[in-house]
Amino acid sequence: MNTRNTEILVGLFVAAGLAALFMLAMKVSNLNVYTNDEGYEVIARFDDISGLKVRSPVSMAGVRVGQVSDINFDGETFEAIVKMRIESKYNTLPKDTSAAIYTAGLLGEKYIGLEAGGDEKGLKDQDRIKLTQSSIVLEKLIGRFVDKFVEGSDDKK
Amino acid sequence: MLNSIQQLGHSGLTFFQRLGRACVLFAQIVGGIPGMVWRFPLVIQQMYSVGVLSLLIILVSGLFVGMVLGLQGYNTLVDFGAEESLGVMVALSLVRELGPVVAALLFAGRAGSALTAEIGLMKATEQLSAMEMMAIDPIRRVLTPRFLAGFISMPLLAAIFSAVGVIGGNFVGVGLLGVDDGAYWSQMQAAVDIYDDINNGVIKSIVFGVVVTWIAVFEGYDAVPTSEGVSRATTRTVVHSSLAILGLDFILTAIMF
Repeated sequence: MNTRNTEILVGLFVAAGLAALFMLAMKVSNLNVYTNDEGYEVIARFDDISGLKVRSPVSMAGVRVGQVSDINFDGETFEAIVKMRIESKYNTLPKDTSAAIYTAGLLGEKYIGLEAGGDEKGLKDQDRIKLTQSSIVLEKLIGRFVDKFVEGSDDKK
Repeated sequence: MLNSIQQLGHSGLTFFQRLGRACVLFAQIVGGIPGMVWRFPLVIQQMYSVGVLSLLIILVSGLFVGMVLGLQGYNTLVDFGAEESLGVMVALSLVRELGPVVAALLFAGRAGSALTAEIGLMKATEQLSAMEMMAIDPIRRVLTPRFLAGFISMPLLAAIFSAVGVIGGNFVGVGLLGVDDGAYWSQMQAAVDIYDDINNGVIKSIVFGVVVTWIAVFEGYDAVPTSEGVSRATTRTVVHSSLAILGLDFILTAIMF
């Protein structure tokens, strides 16, 4: 085996290794979802965000427009403060956009769904989204349903 | 009674002596790395024997591990009606654990043992002493290129293993068992994180590469220069590096995830 062939084979090996890394990064992981541009940040307060995590998606009309960048708790109002980073190309969202926390699928991950309002002014960096709807906690929902059901059967008697 | 205590002390002392020698050798090898820039053809030569020749076993076993994961994962997930998550399961187990660990185990068996045998035979046939006679430092000429080649090759091999495994899982899950192709990839992309999963897997494989080549090179260099000594050193390389891989994997996993 002469040196040239060895070097060619090693070159191919390194190229294959880097291609595999590239494939893992682009095709297997969520790298292509990350965006380089910083975008702008908006704040929303929720009564209950259970299940939402930092880097959960923020979507509008089903299209991902950003991600949750920070979650905090306000000790005075007992609300959750969620900061979302919206990509800068989506800079025409109206000021009265509302935010709600939804679940992808029955048991899937939580995400924030934005719904556009009718205001002519747009959302800017560090603006607050005033209309929010908390995440639906399955246990609470079932509890309420069971309560209703028991009440209903009492009425009949 | 006293004899057994003496025995214990003796083996303890031997262990620490060897550990000390291994650490000194590691420092010497790492000290030789900057000089490798001018002698990079040596590293390429070693990358051929350490990396390229290990490629076949890595490709084949990666493919089969991925296919088995696809098959087993499907059988379990289908009970919960969650067979769409097959891609997540295959990709996460490969990228986080099986890719680095199994590739490193195979690497220890395929490349590590060969390194030890080669260096041990060089020592037994006094080639290393001959180099010293010619004022060539055998550590820098023989050990450093091999160490560097293992250090570079291991992450590449682990990445190839994981990538091939994901494709193998796709082949079984989508091709044979009828999972939706789009769900396989999109759920995988949603769940696998570039920093938490892929990056940590690569860090793991770099650590394993360093440890396996370090053990292999040390065992060869430290071997008793007889045919029996070399064969023992080769066995020790495989056993010690496998144990080191599995132990370190636990520690790394506990730190990372």
